[in-house]
Amino acid sequence: MGYEIVVIGASYGGLSALQAMLPELAPEFPLPVVIAQHRKRDGDDGLCEFLRRRSRLPLTEPNDKDAVEGGRIYLAPRDYHLLIERSIFALSTESPVGFARPSIDVLFESAAEAYQKRAIGVILTGANRDGARGLAKIKSFGGLTIVEDPQSAESRSMPDAAIASTTVDRILPLKEIAPFLNELCHPSQRLLHAR
Amino acid sequence: MSALPQAEQNELEDIEIALLLEGLYRYYGFDFREYSPASLKRRILERMRAEKLRTVSSFQEMVLHDSACMERLLLGLSVHVTSMFRDPEFYLTFRRKVVPILKTYPTVRIWHAGCSTGEEVYSMAILLQEEGLYRKSLIYATDISHEVLRKAREGIFPLSTMQEYTSNYMKAGGTREFSDYYTAHYDNVIFHPSLKTNVVFAEHNLATDGSFNEFHVILCRNVMIYFNKALQERVHNLIYDSLSMFGVFGLGNKESLKFTPREPFYEQLDERDKLYRKVR
Repeated sequence: MGYEIVVIGASYGGLSALQAMLPELAPEFPLPVVIAQHRKRDGDDGLCEFLRRRSRLPLTEPNDKDAVEGGRIYLAPRDYHLLIERSIFALSTESPVGFARPSIDVLFESAAEAYQKRAIGVILTGANRDGARGLAKIKSFGGLTIVEDPQSAESRSMPDAAIASTTVDRILPLKEIAPFLNELCHPSQRLLHAR
Repeated sequence: MSALPQAEQNELEDIEIALLLEGLYRYYGFDFREYSPASLKRRILERMRAEKLRTVSSFQEMVLHDSACMERLLLGLSVHVTSMFRDPEFYLTFRRKVVPILKTYPTVRIWHAGCSTGEEVYSMAILLQEEGLYRKSLIYATDISHEVLRKAREGIFPLSTMQEYTSNYMKAGGTREFSDYYTAHYDNVIFHPSLKTNVVFAEHNLATDGSFNEFHVILCRNVMIYFNKALQERVHNLIYDSLSMFGVFGLGNKESLKFTPREPFYEQLDERDKLYRKVR
């Protein structure tokens, strides 16, 4: 065990995937969960409010240099890249990467460097290939890689690209991802392993 | 060179980047040592690959021995993509809550700190014209990069961005046709020169330079996100020292004065948009 962060990437179909998955994360889930969901650039899309109402963990869009805290869900704000530096968030308005800002790759690559083998990366549904490079980077640092089963994904392009990019540790149907994370990261599990 | 395990390679890269930044500072005087490391590293590696180099050490050699290469790096490190009327609600709030204050002043001095290629400067110039404030205003637009300022001064932007900017302009409370402000020329548009008659473009480095005037408004939006907390603190002090009493300070939507040492010296003008007023 010894994982310290979960990063999740989602694009097309991500709204319903997150809506299904987030409520299943246990209220005592100990790690920070950071989500990059592709979203439109202009206007408030209400995504944060929508997901907050459905999550049992507190969910916010981080401000620049906010601390990364366990037991909370963070959503990348629209029109910014979200990066993680050792236990703080950093935002950037650099060019979109692969037409996306927030970019899943940017989030995942920064999480890989900051948390190395203590990072868990999860790729959900999406109609492009963002996140594939980032997930491979998490894997190269010895982190844990999870991809939504392309069969169950609303759009399978992103899961397919992620699976092609590295040796993925787990390919799970959407409804099994949160229970798997709950089990893996349960506080009692942590204690057991710490002994 | 044999492939190192990822964690070791990462550590080595971090050391090489620290050395590059130290060299860049000691030789050329540009101080990126207190920039936010994650995005800075991305941009350095991007530049390194564009120069077709494989290690940061070889990049360092080239940067230190070839000033043209240094200029390209500087540009790569300092161009931050921005847009006209980015976050239109911010400009709408500015019209509603700041303009009435400025109307009571005989002259208005505004500082765009970190103006990049000038999109937000032209946005502000348009807003001030529409509010009848432009003629008594003076805008100082500063950035660290000579090249970026040259672009800002030109006021030439791609035609392809105008659709988005027009929509932003309208949401920002624009009172005219956005196309009144520019002339299209092939794939570009050039903004009307009257928008820059009261703008001074100048080099200024927030990391190393000091205060140079007293301002009624300072906008520094999405600039400090590239700095680490120590440098952010320095810039917050610099901005505080450069604001007149009751002067207005605008930050980006995801930036906050919270937890900075200057927080108690401001009151928030607007709950949602990051506009503050210096009150002590």
